[in-house]
Amino acid sequence: MERFDVLIIGAGVTGAMIARNLAKYDIKVALLDKENDVGNLTSNANSAIVHSGYDPVPGTNKAKFNVLGNAMFDQICDELDVSFSRVGSLTVALYDEQLKILEDLAKRSKENGVKVELLNAEQVKKMEPNINPCVKGALFAPTAGIVDVFNFVVHAVENAVDNGVKLFLNQKVTSINKEKDYYVVKTDKETFESKMVINAAGCFADKIAEMVEPIDWKITPRKGEYFVLDHYKAGLVNHVIFPLPSEKGKGILVTMTTSGNYLVGPSSELDEDPSDYTTDPMTLRNVRAQASEMVPSIPFNQVIRVFAGSRPTCTRHDFVIEYSKKDKYFINVGGIESPGFVSSPAIGEYVVEQLVKPVLSLKEKKDFNPRVRRYHRLYSAMNDGDYKFVNEHENYSEIICNCEKVTLGEILDALDRSVPPQSVKALKRRTRAGYGRCQGGFCQPRVVLILAKHYGVSPLEINYDGEFSPILLKKIKEGK
Amino acid sequence: MKEFTCIICPRGCRLTVDDNMNVTGNTCPRGKQYAISELTNPVRTITSSVRVNNRDDLLVSVKTSGSIPKGKIFEVMDEINKLSVSAPTRIGDIVKKDILGLGVDILITKNID
Amino acid sequence: MRTVDLLIIGGGSAGMAAAIQAKKEGIDDILIVERDEHLGGILNQCIHNGFGLTEFKEELTGPEYLSRFVKQVEELKIPYMLNSMVISLTKDKIVTISNKEEGVLEYKARAIIMATGCYERSAGAIQIPGDRCSGIITAGTAQKYLNIHGYLCGKRIVILGSGDIGLIMARRLTLEGAKVICVSELMPYSNGLNRNIAQCLNDYNIPLYLSRSVSKVIGKNRLEKVILTAVDDKMQFIPGTDMEIECDTLILSVGLIPYISLLDYIDCPTSSTKGAKVNEHMETMIDGIFSCGNCLHVHDVVDFVTDEGRLAGHGAAMYLKDQLQKGDAINVLPKDGIGYVVPQQIDRNNQEDVTFKFRVRRPVKDMNLIIESNGQLIAKIFKPVLIPSEMVMVKLSKDKLPLLGEEVSLRLEER
Repeated sequence: MERFDVLIIGAGVTGAMIARNLAKYDIKVALLDKENDVGNLTSNANSAIVHSGYDPVPGTNKAKFNVLGNAMFDQICDELDVSFSRVGSLTVALYDEQLKILEDLAKRSKENGVKVELLNAEQVKKMEPNINPCVKGALFAPTAGIVDVFNFVVHAVENAVDNGVKLFLNQKVTSINKEKDYYVVKTDKETFESKMVINAAGCFADKIAEMVEPIDWKITPRKGEYFVLDHYKAGLVNHVIFPLPSEKGKGILVTMTTSGNYLVGPSSELDEDPSDYTTDPMTLRNVRAQASEMVPSIPFNQVIRVFAGSRPTCTRHDFVIEYSKKDKYFINVGGIESPGFVSSPAIGEYVVEQLVKPVLSLKEKKDFNPRVRRYHRLYSAMNDGDYKFVNEHENYSEIICNCEKVTLGEILDALDRSVPPQSVKALKRRTRAGYGRCQGGFCQPRVVLILAKHYGVSPLEINYDGEFSPILLKKIKEGK
Repeated sequence: MKEFTCIICPRGCRLTVDDNMNVTGNTCPRGKQYAISELTNPVRTITSSVRVNNRDDLLVSVKTSGSIPKGKIFEVMDEINKLSVSAPTRIGDIVKKDILGLGVDILITKNID
Repeated sequence: MRTVDLLIIGGGSAGMAAAIQAKKEGIDDILIVERDEHLGGILNQCIHNGFGLTEFKEELTGPEYLSRFVKQVEELKIPYMLNSMVISLTKDKIVTISNKEEGVLEYKARAIIMATGCYERSAGAIQIPGDRCSGIITAGTAQKYLNIHGYLCGKRIVILGSGDIGLIMARRLTLEGAKVICVSELMPYSNGLNRNIAQCLNDYNIPLYLSRSVSKVIGKNRLEKVILTAVDDKMQFIPGTDMEIECDTLILSVGLIPYISLLDYIDCPTSSTKGAKVNEHMETMIDGIFSCGNCLHVHDVVDFVTDEGRLAGHGAAMYLKDQLQKGDAINVLPKDGIGYVVPQQIDRNNQEDVTFKFRVRRPVKDMNLIIESNGQLIAKIFKPVLIPSEMVMVKLSKDKLPLLGEEVSLRLEER
């Protein structure tokens, strides 16, 4: 059995960023995930915001990594060919007494090193014509942005794998034991050996940490439910709109996404079960009421989907990024809740440069390529008005998904990459096929047949999401 | 007295047949005919499909050329499920003559080139 | 850039009928753009019979019905382009098409007919509470898997929604070997035709539960069960009325919505049908752009789609021949009891009879349909039974048009 230098548990955004940073060095890295795709849980279901960093308590890991991470997004999204836009955020005060809180937040921003501006009601209304006309003022943070979270993780892992990291999916870790100078990590399918282990298991990070030693922190998952609206018209909001933060989090926001949809949410409910992704009408009604208070004209008849995500809230109220108490060869990266996504590039760099490097000797690779192979999309070609690539390449003008204008070429390209989608949902995340107003009503049969053909299996074996989630149950009329 | 919903056209009239086979509620003569048939020998036309041998994951639609007794529907389906054809197909092509000796054929209803 | 007189987006029943009509009225330079690999649209997968009673006076299956129009398109030598999606549109009628073989093409059209059909309301849109598992699928998608590709999406199935597609699928799935446990309908009445309840459910002893909906879906990976709960007259779930049903599949037949994303590019006003707002020639509020069929409003019978296609084809032909002299618009308003009316406007200069198509909000009996303008009664028509699932048509003769003021309204009144 090949022994790895570093084994990362969890291929969410944190694990992906650590893996990509490790890929710069000449060592053997394994990246494990229990799901059948990378970024399948918390990284997949969140607000898709690159927070500015005005909100975390100064001096915390959250404040530090948020601000550092935010500054890294332009370059990293360019390298990974991921949609990202610094649209800025507005934290709005709807009552006079909230203006004082805005001032406190502005002070906090200054301490955190985040550029912000206090706006009066008129300025806010000018920037956001659909805001509640009772608005009293807002805190404007121009560095906040929106990002395609799905492809951020997928492309980061793709880039890591292209640079030598080995990805193992469908591997649920069941035990971790230290032998002389290496760890034995057992999963439900295989046994791995590695000198060093990094725990980036998201909502399950405390369970993984406890496999090695008792810990003084615990993950208490917090469920958040969201509405996704169709991208029918631009301008409902032009920035990320936040209410004032509370102890439960940043509150229910209204934002556009990089694909032009609108996202409204999340709720915030403590939930013992980190695998609970159920949605509930009462909770959603509440989300709707609170969001409508900020933006009264949200067209909820344009909702195309609701979903729930789980945030790994930590009892320490901060990110846990540290060596295990007894062994520097085991690193915990836990409690990466909001602002975890924006922090991830900085966390990845810190973990590798400040925690791994002192322990393992790291030699830089000469041939590390920070870029993924360029992605081509008909939809982007439309926006650019440049159809050269589309016209010169087969399959890029054969549309499979009508709503999102996803072509066969884009689907085959996703399947041809180093982190190929194994399910309809994984393909949808990468290409947006099935993400539009009909929610795959038209394209899903074609997508299933394309996946079946690509993997050389029966359409009955194609899963919607994880293992054991088939779409079709029986072939009829087998003929002769 | 028996009541039916007429299935002859989208109007879906509520038909009543009394013990002397008098039909009321129909708006056309076909309704009357349907009601009497429904009491004496209910029949249905069946539509289904058969697999196309020389195409991946493709079926071609078929129908019975006439009505069959309601009680024979699933037996006819079992027979249809055993059939297959090769493309091209033309509307009206006979896939199976006189299915189960019922005097009706199984006809192709779709052109596949 | 290529040019064309009449570009028709969508080669289903509406698009083909529109093309045939325009051609018959002397428009030769036509192009039908169809996204699929054959003409006919969704009728290709509607292999059941019951189509064409008005049009052909016989009962045809979907593929047979569409083949008769394909034949006419071929005979009239009307050009069409398959495997082609219109990806954008401008008010100046510049159409961008993505074609499988030729790449992205641009056409400048003199007139456009939108005939893009409709799509199904999804699980996401109706926000079904509970787990995110596989096994929840819309009826039309299940129909495509079953009738075109030969796969059953499930073995033990609950159908939510009693619209015609749901009813038809209940029978199709049963015939092909699945167990349809029940059909559940939120409303206190079915949205499907009576004859489909008779021949699709009653024939196979499939129960129909009215005023009952899915309050929760449960399943870790694949659907395992659904909870059906009764609703009160305000559509709220009634505690203590849960029915827990073990099933592997939930099929949704919960409504069709006009598929008009292209209209977003041209800021085309829409109406309460969720389709474009049109006048009696099926012309939208954008000059020279027409709309017909299910992308205008969802029809119950394909023959009416075909008719509407002809109307749009006729309108476009007149437009291209400069015979549409536009005057002031008379607004058509749905009032008491009426859900919507198509068209939403009538042109003052119109010289032809106008057909109003409308749907009622709820099932009613013994009603007078009142058409009035400026407080003046224009027509009064007795309607013994009206149900929301049935589109109703009433003709207003052209001699009545001079009586109309700035608006004309339709409403129901108890007899």
